[in-house]
Amino acid sequence: MIPQDLKYTDEHEWIRLNGENAEVGITHFAQQQLGDIVYVELPAVGTSLTRGQTFGVVESVKTVSDLYAPVTGEVVEVNPELLSEADDFKPELVNDDPFGQGWMVRVRLTDPSELAGLLDAAAYKKITEEAG
Amino acid sequence: MKTFEPTLFEKSRPGRQGTMPPETDCPAVQPEELLPAGMLRKAPPALPELSELDVLRHFTRLSQLNFSVDTHFYPLGSCTMKYNPRVNEKAATLPGFAAIHPLQPESTVQGALALMSSLQDCLAEITGMDAITLQPSAGAHGEITALFMISRYFRDKGEKRTRVLVPDSSHGTNPASAALAGFEVVTIPSNAEGGVDLEALRANLDANVACLMLTNPSTLGLFETGIEEIASLVHEAGGLLYYDGANMNALMGLVRPGDMGFDLVHLNLHKTFSTPHGGGGPGSGPVGARGELVHYLPGPRVVQDGQTFRTEVPGHSIGRVRTFWGNFLVLVRAYAYIRTHGSQGLQDVSRAAVLAANYMRVRLQGHFDLPYQGTCMHEFVLSARNLKTARGVRATDVAKRLLDFGFHSPTIYFPLIVEEALMIEPTETESLETMDAFIEAMRTLAEEDPQTLHDAPQTRPVGRLDETQAARKPVLAWPE
Repeated sequence: MIPQDLKYTDEHEWIRLNGENAEVGITHFAQQQLGDIVYVELPAVGTSLTRGQTFGVVESVKTVSDLYAPVTGEVVEVNPELLSEADDFKPELVNDDPFGQGWMVRVRLTDPSELAGLLDAAAYKKITEEAG
Repeated sequence: MKTFEPTLFEKSRPGRQGTMPPETDCPAVQPEELLPAGMLRKAPPALPELSELDVLRHFTRLSQLNFSVDTHFYPLGSCTMKYNPRVNEKAATLPGFAAIHPLQPESTVQGALALMSSLQDCLAEITGMDAITLQPSAGAHGEITALFMISRYFRDKGEKRTRVLVPDSSHGTNPASAALAGFEVVTIPSNAEGGVDLEALRANLDANVACLMLTNPSTLGLFETGIEEIASLVHEAGGLLYYDGANMNALMGLVRPGDMGFDLVHLNLHKTFSTPHGGGGPGSGPVGARGELVHYLPGPRVVQDGQTFRTEVPGHSIGRVRTFWGNFLVLVRAYAYIRTHGSQGLQDVSRAAVLAANYMRVRLQGHFDLPYQGTCMHEFVLSARNLKTARGVRATDVAKRLLDFGFHSPTIYFPLIVEEALMIEPTETESLETMDAFIEAMRTLAEEDPQTLHDAPQTRPVGRLDETQAARKPVLAWPE
């Protein structure tokens, strides 16, 4: 359950590069640890993210956890289905499809070379094995 | 099995009435004559229509469904759900305390002021602080009170300190209070033994750190043996040390936060000092301070002047944090508890609380995982991670199944550094038989068929509630 084509942080976020933008979410391992997710707090479009700093909050039935930006950049899109004010609010997407429909934000990268500093699938797998 | 109790709205019948007031003998005025049209209701309020007996039975039945210390063992870790002695209630109903008004002249409430003064002294002695405020309403309120004091203290000293350090095992209120008081929160990891990682602490201590908030014993129920070194490191960096008093039940009369090097403390009277807890308590979270910080305490405080008691606002006070005198009748209960125990009695309380927790820990550790080993203080934290891996049984399932055995759940999923945490605090007021029955229930359920645990509770008026749906799509009004 760790896609090979993504990069990861040791805080359990993933990032997928698409041209000059990248999609960010949390991993299958993270959603499993959190349990049923009930609320996701995301930054507004236009917010500047700094690598390693918190950019949002994910709340499950049993805990609340910060989200950490894997890269520096500007938020260009937010997953509309994860916003609690949306009519079709579906936080369960993060549980059901963490690497797909459960994506959280799309970011325009300030410095694409930051990606090289992130974990690849093998290195991230090791972290989950140690934690699990 | 107790049956489900419908809401008052479901029991309502059109035209049913509880009381029949007599016809008014004053001239009647229509609301339209007094109020602007925009302020008037278009339809009567949707209140339930019931007899007095309907209402009385409804609330009596609800109270019988409750799990409380008065009816069940309640080992909710970190909450110190001890017995609330009835003598406390007797004291709190004395007319000299119960029938006074906070705006009465001080000369007419000398007894109440004397009690507050003496309680301040008792709490100062127990904590090793120089002075106490009784205003804060609960623990987190005490935290933010102390953080406001710290903020003002450094501002007066001309120091700009913006960061507050909290261990990753801390109560969630610690970082929340620090953030609300305008500080940046920095989390300090725990070491392998569950204590503060001193290397990480050193690396984060600098001239920007206002304070370290610490719970000792920690939320793992372990005494922080590095406390003297921690205190000197924080003080050398010019910072302050704040004591989260949630776990004071382990230490009364044995160790004082002031002697450990703490500069400020809060206490939870509704935990350690046996005042009613949960479901409206109300709570009380006095704050103590040492040295110069005393002048920043909220005011007014009670002071003794010869034979009389009066009130005074400290010189650099941050002002009021609560109307009038805090939850005064809670203070009366806590004072009754302290004076009925005396200093030796309070020491015995803490020793018995620690003994009870260790007894239960030793008898349960072979049946559940105990991630942080060693002698504990007043509580200990088991993990259901082995049950989860082997059989898909989680801490939630254990908690729900315990209801079927007639026990309230331990605290679960806290502290955050323990996976599938089960935090157990028996307190000093439970008998050996009660603790043994709980241990037996835990051992039994650990061997049960996973489906039985997943389906629990089965003997309560309602079964497993859908907590996820309740959080995602809450229904907050009746009728919808």
